Amino acid sequence: MTDLIRLTAAELAAKIQAKDVSAVEVAQAHLDRIGAVDSAVHAFLHVDTERALQAAKAVDEDVAAGRPAASPLAGVPLALKDVLTMQGAPTTCGSKMLEGWNPPYDATVTLKLLQAGVVILGKTNMDEFAMGSSTENSAYGTTHNPWDLDRIPGGSGGGSAAALAAFEAPLAIGTDTGGSIRQPGSVTGTVGVKPTYGTVSRYGLVAFSSSLDQAGPCARTVLDAALLHEVIGGHDPLDSTSIDAPLPPVVAAAREGANGELTGVRVGVVTQFAGDGYQPGVLASFEAAVAQLKELGAEIVEVSCPSFDLALPAYYLIAPSECSSNLARFDAMRYGLRVGDDATRSAEEVMSLTREAGFGPEVKRRIMLGTYALSSGYYDAYYGSAQKVRTLISRDFDAAFGTVDVLISPTTPTTAFRIGERANDPMAMYKADLCTIPSNLAGNAALSVPSGLSDDDGLPVGLQIMSPALQDHRGYRVAAAYEAARNAAQGGPLINRVPELEVAH
Amino acid sequence: MPSISRDEVAHLARLARLAVTEEELDLFAGQLDQIVQAVAKVGDVADQDIPPTSHAVPLTNVFRADLVRPGLTQQQALAAAPAAEDGRFRVPRILGEEA
Repeated sequence: MTDLIRLTAAELAAKIQAKDVSAVEVAQAHLDRIGAVDSAVHAFLHVDTERALQAAKAVDEDVAAGRPAASPLAGVPLALKDVLTMQGAPTTCGSKMLEGWNPPYDATVTLKLLQAGVVILGKTNMDEFAMGSSTENSAYGTTHNPWDLDRIPGGSGGGSAAALAAFEAPLAIGTDTGGSIRQPGSVTGTVGVKPTYGTVSRYGLVAFSSSLDQAGPCARTVLDAALLHEVIGGHDPLDSTSIDAPLPPVVAAAREGANGELTGVRVGVVTQFAGDGYQPGVLASFEAAVAQLKELGAEIVEVSCPSFDLALPAYYLIAPSECSSNLARFDAMRYGLRVGDDATRSAEEVMSLTREAGFGPEVKRRIMLGTYALSSGYYDAYYGSAQKVRTLISRDFDAAFGTVDVLISPTTPTTAFRIGERANDPMAMYKADLCTIPSNLAGNAALSVPSGLSDDDGLPVGLQIMSPALQDHRGYRVAAAYEAARNAAQGGPLINRVPELEVAH
Repeated sequence: MPSISRDEVAHLARLARLAVTEEELDLFAGQLDQIVQAVAKVGDVADQDIPPTSHAVPLTNVFRADLVRPGLTQQQALAAAPAAEDGRFRVPRILGEEA
């Protein structure tokens, strides 16, 4: 039974349909695993045992009755980031502000998962309101990286990534505003995908920075991520920024790539993402990945994107500005925390006391930074300039994609750092998003796929592959080909090398 | 050289409705100053004639069909309220004592 937790989502779904195993057994195996290891990992904020088993039972009934599977992932367990609403379970966003909040509606992503027969195990830990790169900003404690429990699992979606690496779930959902899917994927040796902006609905995703936020799939293999991508993606009339276009054929691309042929594919190496601040072991892993892509037949060229140097500063003006506006909704009036309502204080006083008590330091910093950047006298110099930089970054991408099919870089400059190491240094923390931010600002597609272990500390490194908007399938093809070649060259999937976690009894 | 004073942080906190403590003011003043200095680099393009981008995929006038669809019931809407009374949200007074 324990082997069930090590199978891929595609394998689990096939076994369930073939009646080799029941969906209930699969769900129970993962629930047992959560019970055994999550006290050490702390990936989950809420485990929904009863409803997970009910959902699995419904899939088994479909199989028994000979009804067609609801989706290619029917019966497969999944961990849902706690920033997406799901009725009947709390949605906290890792914040005291929403402690115990039971949302009265399902996010579109949640609804699509339920309709697809995916078994939602529970909600995963995250940096408060998705602001952070380590999960240390969660009000409910830090998640630990299964590769080394003293290290961060990345963030903000560290709970989702850690759940995958700890074999607590084969699939997870993340959200990526500046790298919150890809950077946790990189530091946990898992696959994380930020789809093209507007191709996965934001309805029911608690907003941090609306022009950047994008939900996406997390998995242990490229094909599993693609299968999940097709379940959650597509146009949604409930999200007015949703793109009304067919979803790129990501599953077909992942299958094509797995054949291991990249002849004629032009791959651009972003020259800006190397040098000072990059860990030698990360750069070595990246160079080995480039060599592997070349062996698969890809044509490698160096591409300069000079405006990418301004991406991090622009992001830390745009995202906080949108955050200061979005988080104004937490006003202590209609839902969430209320503090100091003693029948003498005014609504404004109660609001200020509540926000002071309910938000953690990073959220406060960003709200104030955004308030500053949007204030009159500073608007043109900060927010206005950042919007111009956004244009320049899109132009750099356009120019690059005129000559190459995809762009690559390390996903993040270092491997997982130690818990506490950057907690009191916001700028050091922000640099974890250096390579991932450009794709958020331009709204295109990008993913992280494991590229091996760093030779200086033995921790996972990620390869980032960026594709033009609505060309997500290009990245999947290259990632699947690379994954197959790397697995063959390095003796199997990287995730098999994660140390055994001590199991609680 | 941009810099954010402690008084300025106190002003921002008031605007953002955050009842920050004295200790937080000391902490945030230093940190925000450091962050603003780091992001000020975007000012390099301030004088250039570049159209701003507010959204990666510009869409305008997005409409949906004008059809009635169910919303939240009163009970659902009030279920998570910090305080409710007579089927409504109960909120603290919104006017000053002398008003």
